[in-house]
Amino acid sequence: MTAANLPALIPLAYLVTALLIQLAGAWRRSLAPTLAVTGASAGAVLALAGLVRVAASGPLSYELGGWPPPVGIEFVLDGLSAFMVAVVTVVGLVALVHGGRTTATEIPGRVVPFLSASMIFLTGLTGMVLTGDLFNLYVFLEISSLAAYALLAVGSRQAPLSTFRYLTMGTAGASFYLFGLAFLYLEAGTLNMADLGRILSLVESHAPVIMGLTFMGVGMALKMALFPLHGWLPDAYTDASSAGTSLVAPLGTKVAAYVLLRLFFYVLEPEYARGLPLLTAVGYLGIAGVVWGSVMAILQPELKRMLAYSSVSQVGYIAAGIGLASPLGFIAAVLHILNHAFMKACLFLVAGSLRLRRGHSHIPRFDRSLRRAMPWSMAAFALAALSMIGIPPTAGFFSKWYLALAALEQANWVLLAALVASSLLNAVYFFRVLERMYLVPAPEGVGTAPAAIEPGEVPASMLVPTLVLAGGLLVLGLGNAWLVTHLIRPMLPAGL
Amino acid sequence: MLENLEGHFAYYFLASLTVIGFYGMLAKRNLVKKLIGMTILQTSIILFWLVGAYRAGGSVPIYDERLGMADPARYVNPLPHTLMLTAIVVAVVTLGVAFALIIAIHRSYGTLDEEELLERMR
Repeated sequence: MTAANLPALIPLAYLVTALLIQLAGAWRRSLAPTLAVTGASAGAVLALAGLVRVAASGPLSYELGGWPPPVGIEFVLDGLSAFMVAVVTVVGLVALVHGGRTTATEIPGRVVPFLSASMIFLTGLTGMVLTGDLFNLYVFLEISSLAAYALLAVGSRQAPLSTFRYLTMGTAGASFYLFGLAFLYLEAGTLNMADLGRILSLVESHAPVIMGLTFMGVGMALKMALFPLHGWLPDAYTDASSAGTSLVAPLGTKVAAYVLLRLFFYVLEPEYARGLPLLTAVGYLGIAGVVWGSVMAILQPELKRMLAYSSVSQVGYIAAGIGLASPLGFIAAVLHILNHAFMKACLFLVAGSLRLRRGHSHIPRFDRSLRRAMPWSMAAFALAALSMIGIPPTAGFFSKWYLALAALEQANWVLLAALVASSLLNAVYFFRVLERMYLVPAPEGVGTAPAAIEPGEVPASMLVPTLVLAGGLLVLGLGNAWLVTHLIRPMLPAGL
Repeated sequence: MLENLEGHFAYYFLASLTVIGFYGMLAKRNLVKKLIGMTILQTSIILFWLVGAYRAGGSVPIYDERLGMADPARYVNPLPHTLMLTAIVVAVVTLGVAFALIIAIHRSYGTLDEEELLERMR
């Protein structure tokens, strides 16, 4: 096993585990969670090894089936894809460890297929990030989406309907991507990203190219829930099981954002992408989403739904960073993909813990008995909430900081105003929850006993992942300068 | 106007097919009809790729001694066909998952009318 095989091994680890889970699960169900965590750990270790390797000695490329590109499909592990794969695999692993317990109580009897689907979901996401071929990307996009539909469809009674609406929207998004790709292929005659970039630079002002890029952009905007195409997201995330949400929510939309980054700044020349009205539109829709998502989040009485709307607003930050098309904007977008994956995963894990212990995550029913019963989970929630608001030294502050610098650099006052406004709105909706968790006394006479399924802190298998993510937020925040200089700056595309 | 139409019939047909499919997905209340719209949309895109691969007078992309290898324009482009084979598989799987969801919805609500379902969810 040499390092050259790393790009192909990462998705393969998940795919093999997905099959093994089905086989072993048929024999003994209790094996499935262990296998899933093992497979996800293998994926995470491989991805981190890849990250170290790429930082040390440059990009790796793997030719599938021995066919050299551009005829064959290649898997590329370069700065950006190694970074994204590390984020996806690590957050996926943490969410799976936490989900071991919630799946057993929330969706008993469906754990084996659930874990198998979650492995296929991670196969799709890592494949999307690693592939160097735009059609192959479509196939992996559909693999991850189909698995995501399966993951989100189990949960509450409404879950199948919410997922059905996600499925129609998601399929429309993927179809738009495929439609746009047809234009690019018919114009350039190749699907390999590097090759396509070379050829497109000769024909990039042709109308079909711009048509194709627009369709692909709209398709990905649907997948990343960019305002106003976010309609599917809140219902789908709220009605799914805790494990399903905490796996899909931090990762699904980010990888679509990655596709936009890859398409605009690596396949196209950044100089050309900067002049595209499409990119400006993505940026301003992101700004609109930032404000809209925050306002809607304030109005939600259900914690998971509030977090889902907050996802819409956080995806807006990433889109705004992409829309600026400057080095600082790029850094802000990539850093926010990482930070938001950690923050949102941490918050959804606590929501899952609350559902396990209290049987609900309805904000008006929270009171300060929570702080007494689950001090560590609440501390993790508070830390992640502070990070979402953007209070230093948590990670969330720094991606907003870079975004603000990028906005100042281009004198984009709309974005700057939206940043300030949304940080204040974030403070409103998170302090509303924190106030209930820490200060509001339990209602007289009712007590907490009837509502509580099991009192006390959650078991270690759920607490450790939550605390790892919360601690990670501090580490990422304090180490952000190192991250930016050693990982993100080297991956900046040439010419940006 | 007519010159524009001539030789582009397939594209006009596919454009209308795309619009019909999209209309079905957005405007129809019944979930199964939405799926029919989705399938029409997907099919129109698959056909768009295939029309793009077409060459007037081109033969099937299998080596033929009478046509030789010198002029690739004598064969239609095989790559979009193979790609769309994959896209068809994806479309079929999506349809399968969607029907599974529809069965689950019908079991728990007893209806497939979207507005009625949204009302019952409240």
